[in-house]
Amino acid sequence: MVQVTTDIPVVPPAQRGYWSGVLSRLRRDPVAMICAVILAALVLSAVFAPWLGLADPYQGSMIARLSAPGTPGHLLGTDEQGRDMLSRLIYGGRLTLFIGLMPVVLAFFIGGTLGIIAGYVGGITNTIIMRVVDVFFAFPSVLLAIAISGALGAGVLNSLVSLTIVFIPPVTRVAEAVTSGVRSLDYIDAARASGANALTVIRVHVIGNVLSPIFVYATSLTSVCMILAAGLSFLGIGVRPPEPEWGLMLNTLRSAIYVNPWLAALPGVMIFATSLCLNLLSDGLRSAMNVRD
Amino acid sequence: MTPLLQIDHLNVRFKGARNVHAINDLSLTLMPGETLALLGESGSGKSVTLKTLLRLLPEKRTDLTGDITFDGTDIMTLSGRSLRAYRGGDVSMVFQDPGLALDPVYTVGQQIAETVMRHKGISRADAMEVALDMLHRVRIPSAERRLRNYPHELSGGMRQRVMIALALACRPRLLLADEPTTALDATVQIQILLLMRELQREFGMGVIFVTHDIGVAVEISERIAVMYAGQIVEEGSTHDIIRDPRHPYTRGLLAANLHDVERGARLDAIPGAPPSLETRPDSCPFAPRCAFALPACRTALPPVATPGPRRRVACLRADEPLEIAHA
Amino acid sequence: MSATDQPLLSVRDLKKHFPIKGGILGRTQAMVQAVDGVSFDVRAGETLGIVGESGCGKSTTAKLLIGLVDRDEGDIELGGKSLGRDISLRALRRDIQMVFQDSYASLNPRMTILDSIAFGARVQGLDDPVGRARRLMARVGLDPDRFAGRYPHELSGGQRQRINIARALVMSPKVVVLDEAVSALDKSVEAQVLNLLSDLRAEFGLTYIFISHDLNVVRYISDRILVMYLGEVVELAPVDMIWAEQAHPYTRSLFSAMPSMDPDNRTQKPPLTGDPPNPIDPPPGCRFHTRCAFAADVCKARHPVLGPMVQGSPHWVACHLHDPASGHPRAGQGVPA
Repeated sequence: MVQVTTDIPVVPPAQRGYWSGVLSRLRRDPVAMICAVILAALVLSAVFAPWLGLADPYQGSMIARLSAPGTPGHLLGTDEQGRDMLSRLIYGGRLTLFIGLMPVVLAFFIGGTLGIIAGYVGGITNTIIMRVVDVFFAFPSVLLAIAISGALGAGVLNSLVSLTIVFIPPVTRVAEAVTSGVRSLDYIDAARASGANALTVIRVHVIGNVLSPIFVYATSLTSVCMILAAGLSFLGIGVRPPEPEWGLMLNTLRSAIYVNPWLAALPGVMIFATSLCLNLLSDGLRSAMNVRD
Repeated sequence: MTPLLQIDHLNVRFKGARNVHAINDLSLTLMPGETLALLGESGSGKSVTLKTLLRLLPEKRTDLTGDITFDGTDIMTLSGRSLRAYRGGDVSMVFQDPGLALDPVYTVGQQIAETVMRHKGISRADAMEVALDMLHRVRIPSAERRLRNYPHELSGGMRQRVMIALALACRPRLLLADEPTTALDATVQIQILLLMRELQREFGMGVIFVTHDIGVAVEISERIAVMYAGQIVEEGSTHDIIRDPRHPYTRGLLAANLHDVERGARLDAIPGAPPSLETRPDSCPFAPRCAFALPACRTALPPVATPGPRRRVACLRADEPLEIAHA
Repeated sequence: MSATDQPLLSVRDLKKHFPIKGGILGRTQAMVQAVDGVSFDVRAGETLGIVGESGCGKSTTAKLLIGLVDRDEGDIELGGKSLGRDISLRALRRDIQMVFQDSYASLNPRMTILDSIAFGARVQGLDDPVGRARRLMARVGLDPDRFAGRYPHELSGGQRQRINIARALVMSPKVVVLDEAVSALDKSVEAQVLNLLSDLRAEFGLTYIFISHDLNVVRYISDRILVMYLGEVVELAPVDMIWAEQAHPYTRSLFSAMPSMDPDNRTQKPPLTGDPPNPIDPPPGCRFHTRCAFAADVCKARHPVLGPMVQGSPHWVACHLHDPASGHPRAGQGVPA
C-alpha cells in the first residue's frame, strides 16, 4: 500500500543538529574510524608521556648504542646515543604533532577569515587579498618554508611562524572559492533582502556553509605540514637537538641505516602512518559532511 | 505492419540506501514513423524509460525485468559492438541541455563527422560533407561557417539544432528526445518543435518525445502516453487525450495548464504530491490524490480499459463520465 | 480588488548596465544594458505580471526593486517615499520582499526551516519571530509541529516553495516580488501554489509583481501585464486588453509562440526566427527592428517611446506603428493581422 497523504513526508523527521549527523555518518565509516583511533592513541600517548613510566628520553648510554628493536629493556631499541627509542618516539610526538597541527590551526583561522572576507565582499577587497596570496603561491611551499625558517633562525617558535605563513595562502584561496560560490546562491540574496547587514549574513548564513569544506581541506594539510616540519628539523633549521622530534630523529639516525635499518626507519614510519591516517580521516570527513545524502 | 519498438512489462528498480521502483509494469508499442509524447511530471519515470531504451542505466545498481524489442532485435541481450551500433546508429538521443551534451573542445563539424565515421565507416572528407548537409537540414544559417564553430560560440537555440543534426546524422530509425525544448525561450521552443516535426516527416523515423508540458506534446506528437508513478495511466492519439481525457490525472494535468481557466477563479489543483515509490504500488498510485477514488481503487491495481483501438486507460472509472464537483 | 489611483510602488527610468571586463587589466570591454529606462506604477492590491524572454531584464528589474542590485539611475518610490531620500534600503526591505525561482537554492541548507522563516523578523527586530514563523508555516499549509525542525533537503519542491513564501511574508510586507516562483514546480503542484498565492493576496492585501515566462500563468494571476524586450518595456496593458490585442509586434510573436493546445490546429509557422539577441550593445532605434516583420527605416533610426495607444488608454506600447506622427509607412494603422 502506497502511503500518500497531502504533502507526504518522504524522509523521517529529523530534529538532530548538523554536526551530530556528521558524527553518526562518520561512525559508520570503518576506515575513518580506524584512523581516528590510531590518531587518538598517538595524541593521548604524547600528551600523557610523562605518566606512562617510560625511560628518560634524554638519558643516553655509551654501551647500549644502536641496539636492535626487541632488546630487553628497550622494546624498540636505542638510538645512536643509547637513548630509548620507544620513549623518544612517544616524547617526539609531542613536538612533532604540535608543530604539525598548530600552523594549520592558525592558518585555518587567519586564511579562512581572509578568504571569507574576500569571497563575500568581492570587488577591490577581493583583488587586493587574492593578489597578495598569489605572490606567496609563486614559491613552492617547501622552498618558502625553508627560506622563512632560514631567515628567522632555528627553533620551535620560528618553525611555527614559517609554516603558518606557508599555509595561509592555500587556505585563503579555498575559502575564497567556496565563499564566492555560496555568495551567489539565492538564500544569501534572500537574507540580504530581509535587511540583514553583511556581518549578520556572514555569521548566520555564510560561515556554516563554507566552514566544512575549508575544514576538510585544512585537515588534509596537516599531513603536509607534519612532513614539512619534519623536513625543517631534518635540515637543521627546525627543532634543535637534543629535543626528540621525528624529523630530527630521522636525520640523526640516517647514519645508522647500514647498521640497523629498522631502527633508522622507525621515525619515518611514525610520520608516514600519522599523515596517512590524517589524509584518510579527512576523506571520511569530506563524505560525512555531504548533507544531501 | 510490425512495430518499430515494443516494450513488454518493463520494471526498473534502483537499489541503494533506498529502493526506488522507478518503472512498474510498463508496456508500450511504437509503430515506424510514429511520434509519441511521454508526458509526465518529475519522478514519473519518463526519463528513466528513455535511458532504459538505450541501456544507459548503471547495471550494478539497477534491477531490470521485461522485454524490449527494437525492429525484431532483443535489446536487453545486446552487448559490445552490437550495443554500440544500436546506440547512436539505429537509435539516437537529443538531450535537454545541449551545452552539456556537446563536447566543448571539438568543433560542431568534427563532432558530427566523428559520429558518422564511426557508424558508417566512411572517410573524414565524406563525413564532413554529411555534417554540412545536416546543418543545412536543421536550417542553420551560413552552415559552412558554423561547421567550424565550437559549441560555446553558438546560441542556445543553435546548439539545440546542432544536437538534432548530430542525432540525425546516422539516419536513426528511432529518435529519443528528453525535454529538448524545456531550457529554451518560448519563441525558440516553437521553432525547434516545428523543425523536429518537419525532420520527422522528411526522415520518416519514429520519435519518442519526453516532456512535462502538455502544450509541447500537442505540438509535436500524434500520440500521447501519460505517465504517473512509473506506469502509463493513459494512452491514445493526441486528439483523444486532449478532447476526451479519461484518467483523472490526465484531466488534472489539462486543467493545470491554465489554458482556458477563468482569470482568478479557484484552480482545481490536484492535492498532495506523487508517491515516493519506495515500495512497488499494489493499488492505484493516484488514488490518494484522486477526487473520484472508490474503495476498490485503494485495494488493487486498476483494470486497463480500452475505449478504442490503441487507446487505454488504467482507471476503474474510465467509462464513466466524471465531473469535478465544485465545492 | 482595492485599487486606488495613488500608486503604491512607482518606478521611474530605472537603469542598470553591467560592465563586461576582460583583458589582463580587467578593463571594461562592453556594457550589458540589462535594464534600460524602465518605468511603471503598481497600485495597492494589484498584481503586475512581467513577461519576456531570457536576457530581457525581468529578473534584474526584480533585484533592482529590492536593492539586491544597485541601480545606476532611476527612482523607486514606495507609498510616495523615495528610496535613498525618504526611506533607507533596510526600511524598504520590510515592505518589499521576494520569492525566488529555485526553491532549494533560496533556503540555507544548514538551517531549519523555522529559523529560515524567522530570520527576517529577527533581523528587523520584530517581536515574537518564532511565533510569527510558526503561524505563517501553518498558513502556507505546513504543520509547524511536524516541519519546524526539518531541513530544506527533507522537503519536496512544492513544500520548499511554500516555506519561501512564508519567509517572504514574515515581515508583513506590502509588495511581494515573485521571480519565476512557480516555474520550477510540477504542473499539479504549481496549481496548488497559485491557489495559495491568490488566498494570501486576498487575506493580507498584498501587491504582487509576478515575473514569469509562462503567459498562461501570468494571465491567470495578473491584473496588468508588462512585456520586456532587451531591457526595455515594449508594452504595458490590462490583461484582457493585451489578450484581445497585442499592440507590439514582439508581444504578438510571444503570444503566437505559445503551444496551440489544439491538436487539430497546430502551429504551422514560427512567429520569429533565430534567438533573442544579446543585450550587449543592443541595436539602435527600436531594439526589436532586427527581428520585426514590419520594420521600416524609422525603426532603425529612432527609438520609440512608451505611451498610450490612444489618449487616455491604459494600453501602452512603444512602437512606431501606433504613432501617427512617427513617419512609419503604416503609422497609425497598428500591427497588420
